Amino acid sequence: MPLTKRQRTRVVRGSQYALLVLVVIVVALVADWGRLQRAFFDVGIVADLFPEVLTTALVNTVLYTLLGFGFGLVAGLLLALMRLSSVPPYRWIAVTYIEFFRGVPALLVFIALGFGVPLAFEMALDQYVTVMLSLGLVGAAYMAETIRAGIRAVPKGQTEAARSLGMSHGRAMLSIVIPQAFRIVLPPLTNELILLTKDSSLVYLLGLSLGQYELANFGRDALNEYKSLTPILVAGLLYLVITLPLGHLVRRLEARTAKAR
Amino acid sequence: MTTDTAKTGRAPAAGDPTAIAVTGLHKAFGDLEVLKGIDFTVRRGEVVCVIGPSGSGKSTLLRCVNLLEEPTSGTVVVAGTEVTDPDVDIDRVRRRIGMVFQSFNLFPHLTALENLTIAQQRVLRRDKAEAERIARANLARVGLSDKERSYPAQLSGGQQQRVAIARALSMDPELMLFDEPTSALDPELVGDVLAVMRSLADEGMTMLVVTHEMSFAREVADRVVFMDGGVIVEEGPPDRVVGAPQHERTRTFLARVLDPAAAEVGEVADAGPEGKRVDR
Ligand SMILES: Nc1ncnc2c1ncn2[C@@H]1O[C@H](COP(=O)(O)OP(=O)(O)OP(=O)(O)O)[C@@H](O)[C@H]1O
Ligand SMILES: [Mg+2]
Repeated sequence: MPLTKRQRTRVVRGSQYALLVLVVIVVALVADWGRLQRAFFDVGIVADLFPEVLTTALVNTVLYTLLGFGFGLVAGLLLALMRLSSVPPYRWIAVTYIEFFRGVPALLVFIALGFGVPLAFEMALDQYVTVMLSLGLVGAAYMAETIRAGIRAVPKGQTEAARSLGMSHGRAMLSIVIPQAFRIVLPPLTNELILLTKDSSLVYLLGLSLGQYELANFGRDALNEYKSLTPILVAGLLYLVITLPLGHLVRRLEARTAKAR
Repeated sequence: MTTDTAKTGRAPAAGDPTAIAVTGLHKAFGDLEVLKGIDFTVRRGEVVCVIGPSGSGKSTLLRCVNLLEEPTSGTVVVAGTEVTDPDVDIDRVRRRIGMVFQSFNLFPHLTALENLTIAQQRVLRRDKAEAERIARANLARVGLSDKERSYPAQLSGGQQQRVAIARALSMDPELMLFDEPTSALDPELVGDVLAVMRSLADEGMTMLVVTHEMSFAREVADRVVFMDGGVIVEEGPPDRVVGAPQHERTRTFLARVLDPAAAEVGEVADAGPEGKRVDR
């Protein structure tokens, strides 16, 4: 008996639900719930983690991210302007920098700054400076490319209008082109902030002191203490507390940009 | 500033009757020679319309006057300042020359009022209150006092172009350049912009206008310049150039502009004024 199109859709959909229900039942029967809960979400441990996981770890994650982002943004803008310069050596320097730092792992940069520089130059950088540079140097390379694309996306007529009003090249860039470029690159820059939030976990390599722990380090430390995955899950959820709203913001900004066109 | 007037861009003796003097102007983009020796002058208070087919070099000529394009050779003197002199402070010259673009080029991140004040404050160093006073006066002049807080995206094309004219006027320019100011507008919005330009002309503003609006050229221009292929083919009072053109090329062009349907089949290779691209 041939099925109509609607009947066939219903059968396919029905069997998909049936499969799902079956899997859920099997997992529910097989799993050792007590143990899983102890491993992943031990309420006692969660209570123990607070408030330090917020006041120290989350705060430090945000602080490190902002340090890296701030440095990366300024350096990225500078690199973008160098990349667009009419003086060839500036362009070469910018291109070399961008290609280098986009091409090597961020981990390597952390090792170089955290261990390489102190050993080779026999001087210890301030911890916060190390964090800012490690996160910012790589971030700057990505942000430079984003900002450069943003500057180039501003129509040439904007510069021409500014120049025809007597503005110098620099003034036209500062007052007219860069503000418009930043509106264009706000969504990708926010994405960069999300990536940096996650990359800030690499700071854990640097062997910081207790008060300087960020989420990953804090979770790792608590993991050793409690022999439970709970701290890692809590740390993960706290990353989401930062990254999910930012991701939502990116989509709203993108929608706004799309509407403005 | 007073020691070397020619280089600082200050106005020369008020008696100088020449606003723009172009001599032997050549401009090439790579191998493409766009202007092939242009000579012409615009007197103070004069309204000169430049007409001609697409690609004839009208925009390039206009852009050479305020050095948005660097001439390949020849000289351009604007109100006594030789702008082609390599030692000239071009930013100082440009602030005296208002320019209105086909695609308006308002600053989209600024309100109408801010579009008018930013260069006054940043370039002329006027304080905020004075810049706003002058800006409001100019918005009133173009009939848009109620739009000072609007962003360009919230304005119609005709309104945007009038704000752009007001923006140029706020710098107190000695002359104004218009590059097809109505070509990007819906037909019903053209009239408002032309009316503003007409009143400017009546107030004695020196204007160099690239346009396809033949009625404007006939009624407002003191002189019409017809360009084709990078040279001036003929120029003179509108009655003569538009009314009774001497050259065959002028006649062909006018026939097509005034009655596009009558365009000859042999001429389709040339895009003509209706085939214009609008740079946005
Ligand atoms: N920046 C540039 N680089 C290369 N070629 C150019 C440039 N600007 C203009 N041209 C060329 O110069 C020629 C004249 O251009 P121009 O814009 O002056 O013509 P126009 O008379 O204003 O035409 P239209 O009526 O279409 O505006 C065209 O062939 C154009 O392609
Ligand atoms: Mg043109």
